[in-house]
Amino acid sequence: MTELICIGCPRGCHLHVDEENDYKVTGNSCNIGAEYGRNELINPTRTLTTTIRLSGGNHHSLPVRSAHPIPKKLLFEAMEVLNHREVKAPVKCGDVVYADILNTGIDIVATRDLD
Amino acid sequence: MFDVIIIGGGPAGLAAAKKCYDEGLEKILIVERDTQLGGILNQCIHTGFGLGVFKEELSGPEFAHKYIEMLRDTRVEVMLDTMVLEINRDKEVTVINGNGYQKLQAKAIILAMGCRERSRGAIATPGSRGAGVYTAGAAQRYINIDGYMVGKRVVILGSGDIGLIMARRMTLEGAEVLACVEINPYSGGLPRNIVQCLNDFNIPLYLSHTITKIEGENRVERVTIAKVDEHFQPIEGTEIVFDCDTVLLSIGLIPENELSKVAGIELDKRTKGPIVYENMETSVEGIFACGNVVHVHDLADNVAMEAEKAAVGVCEYLKGRKSEGSVDVTTYEMIGYTVPQHIHLPLDKNKYDFFFRVRKIFGPSVIYVIDSEENVLARFNRQYIIPGTMEKITVPKVLLEKGKGNLKVLIEEK
Repeated sequence: MTELICIGCPRGCHLHVDEENDYKVTGNSCNIGAEYGRNELINPTRTLTTTIRLSGGNHHSLPVRSAHPIPKKLLFEAMEVLNHREVKAPVKCGDVVYADILNTGIDIVATRDLD
Repeated sequence: MFDVIIIGGGPAGLAAAKKCYDEGLEKILIVERDTQLGGILNQCIHTGFGLGVFKEELSGPEFAHKYIEMLRDTRVEVMLDTMVLEINRDKEVTVINGNGYQKLQAKAIILAMGCRERSRGAIATPGSRGAGVYTAGAAQRYINIDGYMVGKRVVILGSGDIGLIMARRMTLEGAEVLACVEINPYSGGLPRNIVQCLNDFNIPLYLSHTITKIEGENRVERVTIAKVDEHFQPIEGTEIVFDCDTVLLSIGLIPENELSKVAGIELDKRTKGPIVYENMETSVEGIFACGNVVHVHDLADNVAMEAEKAAVGVCEYLKGRKSEGSVDVTTYEMIGYTVPQHIHLPLDKNKYDFFFRVRKIFGPSVIYVIDSEENVLARFNRQYIIPGTMEKITVPKVLLEKGKGNLKVLIEEK
């Protein structure tokens, strides 16, 4: 049995995950917790948010995120890749600024408009 | 003449403007001192926003973007790069910008100025005054907006959410975060942020500890922390020394009420924000307030919902709603404050929300709402209540109607 705090929403439910019983989750208030508890022990993932360089605009850095959570163990590697990425203004919120990061099938997208 | 002037274009101001527009107000103006809308959301590039309002997890800029898009094709006017100098009881708003000094007249005002960070001076950290000491929010702006890295080896004082978020952010950007130091025996941040910002990166959280010395003449070089006793006094012999170049302060937020004070709006010493009624009206008729200018929230979603309440309050006020007195909402020492602090009579809403923070960690507990004759009007069970999370209870009108005199909110551990 592993105890976890759910990070799915600000409520922060105290979860119990039973590894010996097909990762059954108790203590959750919703389905997000059931899914999080199971994933966290099998393949933990996180949404990556960071900034990348922007040229030709009024701002120098563009906030971006992974469109979906990526494996937690790839966070630093993904940062390394994105630190070398530069895009040109203008950018629209939702634009893909780096496709299929580290072969995860997940895109990195802009999270605001910047001219 | 504006129907309503909204001061501040962050989450509170944006959500208030949207709701005022949806409710049919014609002349709405947002006054914002920055050159863009969004307020602090622009530098909060992490996710965790939007679950309450939009039912999806968004980053701060995305949350702002949704509102900015919704307001784009409306009649809502926006004045950017404009500072409000003064407001008064007659709803006159004095502003200054590139076009000069102007007086604008409104029928109602919504205060949505947000809050600011407590700084090093507020807690008198001992030590020298080298460079490298930042409030967590200032560091967040340098990194996320301006693109400057603020340090390489970091100690964070305080465990508020911004400090926790910055611990993760600095780590991802290649800094080493050596410690997060919290004087209280509990963290002031959300539990999810302890998990995903500290535990994920093996950053130690030192509870019941504080910084006792910051050394370094030109730049921070060394920080000493020590365990504190129950009176928050450092205990000799418990010192730990960290070689570091940066200290981030995440030691609380203070509602920004300089304008409110000048207008003669009554403030609550506990929240440091305006005293408000259930419709977010302040002690001055026709001036409403919402978001972190009233009390510091954990979540922008809660700010937006409070802003909508203020917007509805403005609309009712403009339609000529009149109240006949009010009752007070009081509390006791284990609850820091309640918002609202008063409720207008007659009771004309179907339900009434009360927000508060506790001053210690409670296990399984019951929250009571009692009247002046100590009759229990409503009770709510909770598994745990922590100071880091704002608590909300919703009491139906039918229960409040049974009460006599003022209300009181209490907690009892089971």
